[in-house]
Amino acid sequence: MNKTVNPDDLQPVDDYGPLYAAHKKVYPQSVSGTFRRIKWGLMGFCLGVYYFLPFVRWNRGLGAPDQAVLIDFPNHRFYFFFIELWPQEVYYFTGLLIIAAIGLFLMNAIGGRIWCGYLCPQTVWTDLFYAVERLIEGDRRERMKKDASSDPMKLERISELVLKHSIWLLIAWWTGGAWVLYFSDAPTLVKELVTFQGPMLAYIWIAILTATTYTLAGFMREQVCVYMCPWPRIQAALTDEWALNVTYRYDRGESRMSVKKAAELRALGQPAGDCVDCKQCVAVCPTGIDIRDGSQMDCIQCGLCIDACDTVMTKIGRPTRLIGYDNDINIHRRQEGKPPVYKLVRARTVAYAAIIAVVGGAMVYKLATRSLLDVNVLHDRNPIAIKLSDGSIRNAYTVRVLNKHGFDRVIAIDIEGPANAAVHVVGADSVTPDRPMIVIGRDQTEELRLLVTAPEESNPEKSIPVKFHVTDIGLGVVASATDNFVSP
Amino acid sequence: MADHTEVDSVSGTATTGHAWDGIKELNTPLPRWWVITFYITIVWAIGYWIVYPAWPTISSNTKGLFGYSSRADVAVELANLEKIRGAKMAALATASLADIEKDPAMLALARAKGKTVFGDNCAACHGTGAAGAKGFPNLNDDDWLWGGSLEQIQQTLLYGVRSGHPKTREGQMLAFGKDGVLKPAEIVTVANYVRELAGLPTRPGYDPKAGAKIFAENCVACHGDNAKGNPDVGAPNLTDKIWLYGSDEATLIETITNGRNGVMPAWEGRLDPTTIKAMAVYVHSLGGGK
Repeated sequence: MNKTVNPDDLQPVDDYGPLYAAHKKVYPQSVSGTFRRIKWGLMGFCLGVYYFLPFVRWNRGLGAPDQAVLIDFPNHRFYFFFIELWPQEVYYFTGLLIIAAIGLFLMNAIGGRIWCGYLCPQTVWTDLFYAVERLIEGDRRERMKKDASSDPMKLERISELVLKHSIWLLIAWWTGGAWVLYFSDAPTLVKELVTFQGPMLAYIWIAILTATTYTLAGFMREQVCVYMCPWPRIQAALTDEWALNVTYRYDRGESRMSVKKAAELRALGQPAGDCVDCKQCVAVCPTGIDIRDGSQMDCIQCGLCIDACDTVMTKIGRPTRLIGYDNDINIHRRQEGKPPVYKLVRARTVAYAAIIAVVGGAMVYKLATRSLLDVNVLHDRNPIAIKLSDGSIRNAYTVRVLNKHGFDRVIAIDIEGPANAAVHVVGADSVTPDRPMIVIGRDQTEELRLLVTAPEESNPEKSIPVKFHVTDIGLGVVASATDNFVSP
Repeated sequence: MADHTEVDSVSGTATTGHAWDGIKELNTPLPRWWVITFYITIVWAIGYWIVYPAWPTISSNTKGLFGYSSRADVAVELANLEKIRGAKMAALATASLADIEKDPAMLALARAKGKTVFGDNCAACHGTGAAGAKGFPNLNDDDWLWGGSLEQIQQTLLYGVRSGHPKTREGQMLAFGKDGVLKPAEIVTVANYVRELAGLPTRPGYDPKAGAKIFAENCVACHGDNAKGNPDVGAPNLTDKIWLYGSDEATLIETITNGRNGVMPAWEGRLDPTTIKAMAVYVHSLGGGK
């Protein structure tokens, strides 16, 4: 038998600590350098595309929307420059998603989390919000001082905060506003919105995106990357030893010491580290980490610490890139006196690039050969076959003809299958001998009821495959579909 | 309130002072945000009682501050829907049956309307796909007791068959056996004669001449000299391959003995004229229309 445990005998366990660490506000310092310039450039590009793309026009002819990028929900169309997609073609989006996912994998294999540091919307908008904050409240030290001040209710401080939050809200509001423009004719919608004639849904979406942008970029910032985003967890499974990550080259840096002491040691011919422990890399980091602790999940690979460190190294007359895009293999190689090796072409990167090329190629091919006339056939199930008074058998089909052209087309329907079969379309516009003709409106789907009648004796099989050919009389284009002709 | 400050040694949390079988309850209050949310829902609920119809009274209910009613909402929605459909339905009401069938837009509307109404009113007998059953005509085929033109279908829909409506279609298959007009042997003979007319095998030893004679004396009045039927009296064509009640000898004998007089209800008054029009076009477009 087990010995009865008396709860009073148990030792209290009190060293768990809190389950969640309290948030420590990050005050990234401004920095200049190569990577900062790249980030400014990409930010300008991304925001420019996002905010202004809906206003780009694209002539598609009379009656068709002239917006270059338009998600037209009411009419079930998607327009992207010269591409027009129908609901039947959503597989293009599957392809796009595959390319996007593999693109992320490829970026990860080459440069770690560079997506996070340069292109992720969370990074782009947070960076923009930081820029506004810095402009109004000053750089790191001033902001820390102001936040720590015991007298925060000074008029100057309040006006600063009001100005900051107003600009933040303005950016957030414009972000939501630009979003809805992708779903309707942009200039018209802008006019409607400012005159309060816009659809309620548009206002709701603007409100939602204003709120999320303001909250995520203004307040949650790096916490989104560290706590909410699944990508850092996924990338851990995707990265390998050759991927270039923002890396502290401890082979050069350690042991850390003052500039003076390092100079003395070097003068004596003794080894000395380049890192002077100035903590500039920590001060500029938007997620508030110390890159010298090694590769870590909180790092978004933005490279700002590289810029900060380079500035210091230049100042103290030591070679730059004590922190740089590198990997552990090279650190070890340098320690062993071997030259570093960079391998961008590896099985992994080649495979990713190949998948992107194949999927992209397939999509381009499909787009290039996209049929502007399509036919879907559905056999009527109730009843599946009808016996007529003379003993012949008739099957009914629902035929859907898609005319993706910008003009009306006259089509003829022929079938191939049951012997001596006659075709009849209910409500056909005209019938040349045994060949129903129908006008299909431009950019439209027409649903037709089609009857195929065949003598019983010439079609003894229970089920015969039947092909439907839809021919554009004007262009001679043919679209086909297959179904079955069934006898009772 | 009990005065106690006992603290649990393991968790360091104060207890409530309650103990059951030696187990003490820790005092771990709900998070404040949760409690506040809870109170807000209570306040909200009280407000809701006042603002919206909520409380039943003996004969009715409280109306709320705004006089809101979901029933009225539905009525408004339905009225709006009618307004949207109004123009199209008006066009349907004035157009002739043939015109509706020629215009693709009106045909589509009539078919859509007809299909729903058919499901509600006709499917019970004719089946959801209008394929019919024994005794209930298949509306997809080309065999029509009372004629398969648009107008004939419309008339059958309006007034029915043997429906009791003053304008109903009337016709009768007599009970030749039950009424003693024909003897059982004669019925067997004429049944085989009819099967022969339809190209079906006959019983060995049956006398075609006797069959023809019985048929000429009793059946031609309705089914015609050549047994092709007569849509004016709803007499079926006996020479085709479609049989409403079945074509085997036993069924035929039963039909001749007891007669067959199926009923189609009249829909005039139950469905509005436009709907009946749409129904006629729908049934005609199933494929069997003539």
